[in-house]
Amino acid sequence: MKSRKGDASPMPQASRGRRDFLTQGAALVTGAASVGIAAGASAQGLAGQPWERVYGAGFTGYGQPSRFEQPVMRHIGRPYGDLAPGTGASLAPIETLEGIITPSGLHNIRSHSGTPDIDPKEHQLLLHGLVARPLKFSVEALSSYPMTTRIYFLECSGNSNRALAPQPAQVPAGAIHGNMACSEWTGVPLRVLLQEAGLRPEAKWLLAEGADSAHMSRSIPVEKALDDALIALYQNGERLRPEQGYPVRLLLPGWEGNMSVKWLRRLKATEEPTHTKDETSKYTDLQPGGRALQFTFEMGVKSVITKPSSTMKLPRSGTYEITGLAWSGAGRIRRVEVSTNGGATWNDAALTGEERPKALVRFRFPWEWSGKEAVLQSRATDEKGQVQPARKAWLAQYSPGNIYHNNSIASWSVGADGSVKNVYV
Amino acid sequence: MYTSERNAIVIAIGAAALAACASLPSAPGKPPALGTAVSAEEIARFDISIPPSGAGLPAGSGTVKQGAQVYAAKCLACHGEKGAGKPADALVGGIGSLATPKPVRTVGSYWPYATTLFDYTRRAMPITNPLSLTDDEVYAVSAYVLFLNGIIGEDAVMNAQTLPRVKMPNRDGFISDWPPRKL
Repeated sequence: MKSRKGDASPMPQASRGRRDFLTQGAALVTGAASVGIAAGASAQGLAGQPWERVYGAGFTGYGQPSRFEQPVMRHIGRPYGDLAPGTGASLAPIETLEGIITPSGLHNIRSHSGTPDIDPKEHQLLLHGLVARPLKFSVEALSSYPMTTRIYFLECSGNSNRALAPQPAQVPAGAIHGNMACSEWTGVPLRVLLQEAGLRPEAKWLLAEGADSAHMSRSIPVEKALDDALIALYQNGERLRPEQGYPVRLLLPGWEGNMSVKWLRRLKATEEPTHTKDETSKYTDLQPGGRALQFTFEMGVKSVITKPSSTMKLPRSGTYEITGLAWSGAGRIRRVEVSTNGGATWNDAALTGEERPKALVRFRFPWEWSGKEAVLQSRATDEKGQVQPARKAWLAQYSPGNIYHNNSIASWSVGADGSVKNVYV
Repeated sequence: MYTSERNAIVIAIGAAALAACASLPSAPGKPPALGTAVSAEEIARFDISIPPSGAGLPAGSGTVKQGAQVYAAKCLACHGEKGAGKPADALVGGIGSLATPKPVRTVGSYWPYATTLFDYTRRAMPITNPLSLTDDEVYAVSAYVLFLNGIIGEDAVMNAQTLPRVKMPNRDGFISDWPPRKL
């Protein structure tokens, strides 16, 4: 962003840096003051804020949110601290977001060994094992296939495990339930590549492996690979973000996020699952008695109220909109009900996006708050007829130490003073 | 000729049927075939996944004693004395904890297959320099961690034949949910 030499224009140019412009803007204001016109006021008394009285900022190559939106940040959890700063999760601040698409820069992240800095010219996807023709694909080659675009949610199966703490955490909704997000994904159906390689009939699983330094790997049933698995190259219209698997990731709609292997470098067709570390020692769900369910892939039907939610405060009694997100790994959301009295009675909420399977749905419900204590809940039902379970019913299915697949109903209490708290009901 | 043509037709019909019932349809038109052939040698350099059968385990071996040395040099700083953990995950202990509110899921208490220990150590450890251990070192440190858990004896040697035969304490602790249970 250097100024062009010999540019004598009195107006700031697009090619000039922001600092140049600010300096010039200040000079203009100073000039105005010197002739008796105070900055932010008009000789004729016309209304106008200071930013209406100076020339605006020039163009930038890649836009950023307003500086006043700086507090809108992901909630970062690093269980190993500085020992492994890229191991853990960064949760979407769903309490501040609207609509159904998560901005790419606020998409939740779950990474096991940090974000690799991959040169797409050096990266390749290897497809081998029980195939007629082992093949490798450059990123350029993958980018030359006809593209398919879909909107899908992604949810870590550890999402909402903070809602299993002995005491309800008084943190924003996203810090509890934001290990999920929703994007528009574009790429090549995995089926196309499997057909090209000639998947053998005895192949029942695909080992998917990332090019991160953990070489995170999972076993994927062939049924899913042939159904709706996507080799994703783009997210929300641009190339995948590094944290989301740049330059190529697997995307398994509706299934636990860990299986949508990022930085995908290898797919190996096998007869049996490989029983990788992340499908044995992790991502297995302890049952009462201590045995664990393994290969629980589909994310359950779920919803959460994002506003009002934990740590917020209602400034007055009166009309509010209760809004939130609903989703199901089994398909479409058919219904979301809202309760304002801790589940005693339920009312249907209005839905946006319910035509899309395996995508976030926005729900809205008008609420007249009288100023008395209330407990807000939402309950989703999907097109398979599955209903989001109550907390106690969900807990009864598992060992108390299970941390995965918590899709139980979340509750926020509203105090007489308007303060909203996380509560267990 | 006739047979291969008929097979080609069967495969084409099969592929069309797959595409027709898939919930993510392909883009219209015949896709370009842009994958390039890859040699067995190149595949071998990438193929680091080891299933419970032990298929793909490399040549080489390691003893518990050798593993103790590897562990002290490359693992102890994070995983603690004798795998006790801190700052990183414990590798030992946790037997009897799985049904409690604070399960301790270690190689000894939880992991169902010893092959996964070799696989994960080789692909991801040490965290500062993965893919740096020799196959002998991975066998040796796997042996040491299994020994610390009381799963193999002090004189045991781990290699492509012995490692898959190790019976892990929690081998029967898992119930597969695939294909999914009926609602």
